[in-house]
Amino acid sequence: MRRVVVTGVGVVSALGLDREEFWCGLREGRSGIGPIEAVDCSALKFNLGAVVRGFHPLARLTEKEAGQMDRSTQFAVVAAMQAVEDAGVPVGGERTAVVTGCSVGGKCTEDETYRQLYQEQRTRFEPLTIPRAMTNAGASCISMRFGITGPCYTVSTACASASHAMGQAFWMVRSGLVDSAVTGGHEAPFTLAMLRGWESMRVVSPEPCRPFSKDRRGLTLGEGAAMFVLESLEAAGARGAHVYAEMRGFGMSADAGHITMPSADGAARAMRAAMRDGGLAADEIGYVNAHGTGTAANDMTETLAIREVFRRPPPVSSTKSMHGHALGAAGALEGAATVLALDRGILPPTVNFGVPDEECELDVIPNVARAVQVEAALSNSFAFGGLNAVLAFGRVGDL
Amino acid sequence: MADEVTARVIAVIAKSQRIGPETFTRESTFVDLNIDSLDGLQLVFALEEEFGVDIPDEAAKQFKSVGEVVQGLEMVLAKKAAGS
Repeated sequence: MRRVVVTGVGVVSALGLDREEFWCGLREGRSGIGPIEAVDCSALKFNLGAVVRGFHPLARLTEKEAGQMDRSTQFAVVAAMQAVEDAGVPVGGERTAVVTGCSVGGKCTEDETYRQLYQEQRTRFEPLTIPRAMTNAGASCISMRFGITGPCYTVSTACASASHAMGQAFWMVRSGLVDSAVTGGHEAPFTLAMLRGWESMRVVSPEPCRPFSKDRRGLTLGEGAAMFVLESLEAAGARGAHVYAEMRGFGMSADAGHITMPSADGAARAMRAAMRDGGLAADEIGYVNAHGTGTAANDMTETLAIREVFRRPPPVSSTKSMHGHALGAAGALEGAATVLALDRGILPPTVNFGVPDEECELDVIPNVARAVQVEAALSNSFAFGGLNAVLAFGRVGDL
Repeated sequence: MADEVTARVIAVIAKSQRIGPETFTRESTFVDLNIDSLDGLQLVFALEEEFGVDIPDEAAKQFKSVGEVVQGLEMVLAKKAAGS
């Protein structure tokens, strides 16, 4: 089987509109969380989100292209363009795959259509409502932009969508089914209906989220996209490409328990499966990018799972404290944080950390990044519905 | 007022958990009634509709028994009556 490496990284996030702005934010422990302005939150119990600011689709897309896409898809395509340019490899044709993760689809498009329908009683609607709102629009638009005619699809597993997608793309490149893949996740969930739905679950924090803190009050929603180019180590080495990290393993599990309450056993099994798939021992893992949502249930359960898997748990951080919980894009943004941590020798922190919680007894890299070169790391994603996906990455160093 | 609130709370719980109102009492706990976190969330929503009040997240999280729901609701109702 081939070794698979990440040679291109593209990011659109609340921390910045490209890979380096995103990384600077993580390294500096900057929070991208602020008021949600696209939606009138005056009647809601919260008004904060990790919003992508200053994103101008027409900087990278024609008016016609942008008009065919929901905000979520625009994020996906722009991040994919960045990743492909970064990799500097000609992707396309049948030997490249596209696998995207997206949870809620084109909600901005849908919400506007419903508003026109139910509020304005309109009878005629934007004819591209359906193709703009479909959850696979990102994968389709990426394939069209680069002429990628190989396997192309979208995985939708709520907050684990991107990690499931990236794992599938990784396996396809590893097995030799394709030579390269464009993969990642994207999401743009800031609509009144979505926010009302999240509010009624009573898991959204009225203040910026503070994962693993005793005084945590819930999660902060986010939006954005991260996309990657994956190819074989051999191909990357042959053309002297910069390798950010090696993709080592992918593990999945299902809790088969409760629709929203997470299970430590399911999470632990996914972490173990990812390490087994990558031939990694627990003591080789130097960092875990946690799912770390900032809800009471997740952080406590994830701590139990990590402590079950690791006799001496490595440093763990939740970068959601900076880029928010971007649902179907979460695993991609956190994958980018993990890959860049390996590439740069710096572990990003958990910001807004206040009071340690005896039920979250972990080294969460509180508030300040740490200069440590680790050799391997995990990125955890645990979805509502009990669907878990964990990615294992490793350092490659000079080829 | 206490008896009336208790009766209405029991009716709401009975409906949302699909159990007979005679099968439990004010002393019953959520564990007794198989009310998990998601059931609890739906119950709070149903209680808000029934009583026309907003139950704050912090109060809702404390509910672990029928009696605690009644107590919590009485406080919310008292606040509403006082016009605050």
